[in-house]
Amino acid sequence: MATQAVKTHSAKAQHTIMMVFIYLILILVAVIMLIPFVWMISASLKLNKDVFTFPIEWIPSNPRWQNYQDIWTKIPLLTFIKNSAKLTVIVTLLQLFTSSFAAYAFAKMEFKGRKTLFLGYIATIAVPWQAYMVPQFMMMRSWNLNNTHLAIICLQAFSAFGVFLMKQFYEGVPSELCEAARIDGLSEYGIWARIMLPLSKPALSTLVIITAVNTWNDFLGPLIYLTKTELKTIQIGLRMFISQYSAEYGLIMAASVVALIPVLIVFLALQKYFVQGVASSGLKG
Amino acid sequence: MAVQAVAQPKKQPHVMKKETRNNLIAYSFIAPNFIGFCVFTLVPVVFAIALAFCSWDGVNDITFVGVQNFIDLLSDKTFLAAFQNTIVYSVAVVPLTMICALALAILLNQKIVARGFFRTVAFFPYVASLVACAAVWNMIFSPSMGPVNMLLSALGVEDLPRWAAGTETAMLTVVLFSVWKNMGYYMVIYLAGLQGTNPELEEAAELDGANKWQIFWHVTLPQLQPTTFLVVITLTIASFKVYDQMYMITQGGPGNATITLVYYIYNVAFVNTPKYGYASAVAMVLFVLVLIVTIIQFRGSSNND
Repeated sequence: MATQAVKTHSAKAQHTIMMVFIYLILILVAVIMLIPFVWMISASLKLNKDVFTFPIEWIPSNPRWQNYQDIWTKIPLLTFIKNSAKLTVIVTLLQLFTSSFAAYAFAKMEFKGRKTLFLGYIATIAVPWQAYMVPQFMMMRSWNLNNTHLAIICLQAFSAFGVFLMKQFYEGVPSELCEAARIDGLSEYGIWARIMLPLSKPALSTLVIITAVNTWNDFLGPLIYLTKTELKTIQIGLRMFISQYSAEYGLIMAASVVALIPVLIVFLALQKYFVQGVASSGLKG
Repeated sequence: MAVQAVAQPKKQPHVMKKETRNNLIAYSFIAPNFIGFCVFTLVPVVFAIALAFCSWDGVNDITFVGVQNFIDLLSDKTFLAAFQNTIVYSVAVVPLTMICALALAILLNQKIVARGFFRTVAFFPYVASLVACAAVWNMIFSPSMGPVNMLLSALGVEDLPRWAAGTETAMLTVVLFSVWKNMGYYMVIYLAGLQGTNPELEEAAELDGANKWQIFWHVTLPQLQPTTFLVVITLTIASFKVYDQMYMITQGGPGNATITLVYYIYNVAFVNTPKYGYASAVAMVLFVLVLIVTIIQFRGSSNND
């Protein structure tokens, strides 16, 4: 059946078929990944009774923008967002400062007990937070820190992860740089502030985006600690709204869209660093 | 230093002082993180281990009960269900996510148009709010009204699955959600791994007449072995700690069909009458599971070096 002419072109034809096949799969994957979000936006602009009409009306003929006004009055959404934003900023700043500060000593200074102290960090990587969240909560409660934002800050601001990430980066910076600066009379704090910090912008960006997204999306921590409505974060506030008004489909979807937007903006703006961060933590292990 | 000490004995205390000073400076760098880390992580970890051998309701005194908590676990039906579900979930999620992530990474490593767009799209669910994603998932998979079942019904399926509400399908619903939400993350790790592979080996195999599948199976995949190892380890540990997805999609039900270890810890400690000692005993089971995987990881990665 195959003629000679086809045979000579077969390699090229095979390649074309292959590319078509790849694109078909990729488009299918993109659709699967995106459809829930598209459906979410579409449902957020509908009346409850229209959300589940089938076949799906992707673009509502009569978009109900009212949903996006109602969510702010039905639940204190603005308070939730403010709480989340506040916690995210404080935790990220603290994490950046304490991690890069500690990592500098571990990477570039010789001192007594360096190995022992670092072992303290390593020993706890294997322990999942969920395994000690109960005694941690008991401890915080005995200090009257339950139902405070301070508890969440304490929980998140001192992770070993940040120290590992920054230490790994600092070890790649030539020690001669620090030596030269020491000879020039710069103090250790000066070296950290004027040489290491400016050099470590890529690692700092990675740490910022990973910490910020984790804090913004954290669920179990705030769920355990924050039971007062006015203290809740966007995630548990949204969850509370969903369980209270489970039939308000349009409003739930509108609130979900609002909760997604900040992450979407940060993600699109800093995607490069995020991907680099995942990749580098992946390569090192 | 010794020469200095002999030549200028007076300087000796000064040299000592310099070393001490250096130590103090180093400690001042470490202190902000280390003190916080000790108080909020190290102390609770030690406390958790001790508490697993005690009985405590948070009001009365703590009493030491030895291994009684662990003996009770063996005959606790909810715990056994939670343990089994955690393992079943992991056995399903780890290979599924790994295969999807690898396939996606291989496709997105080709020179194709809009590669960046496809990568962003695949990665986005991972950073998106879990609560929002679970909310939309619940609606899409709603047994009575959701578009998925409407579509199945339109296609002529008569016995419609009850998804999160059905005992047999609840775990499947959560597993599908997890794979959808997390595969982009592992795709990025695989893409990084592919950067480290040697393209010359693949070209050589092609010259030798190997087809695409043979090249992938015998040349690319073996080179990705360290990445695969890392992906499997990370996925397994994350799966052992699963909780949020169940809380939002199935509430651990129907019955105990999707309750997990972390879910059970939460219930025992924070929902009914608190049994903190017992919750810590469950936590130790979780800890041992994760520890086993971590030891495998350390062994494996030292072999790789």
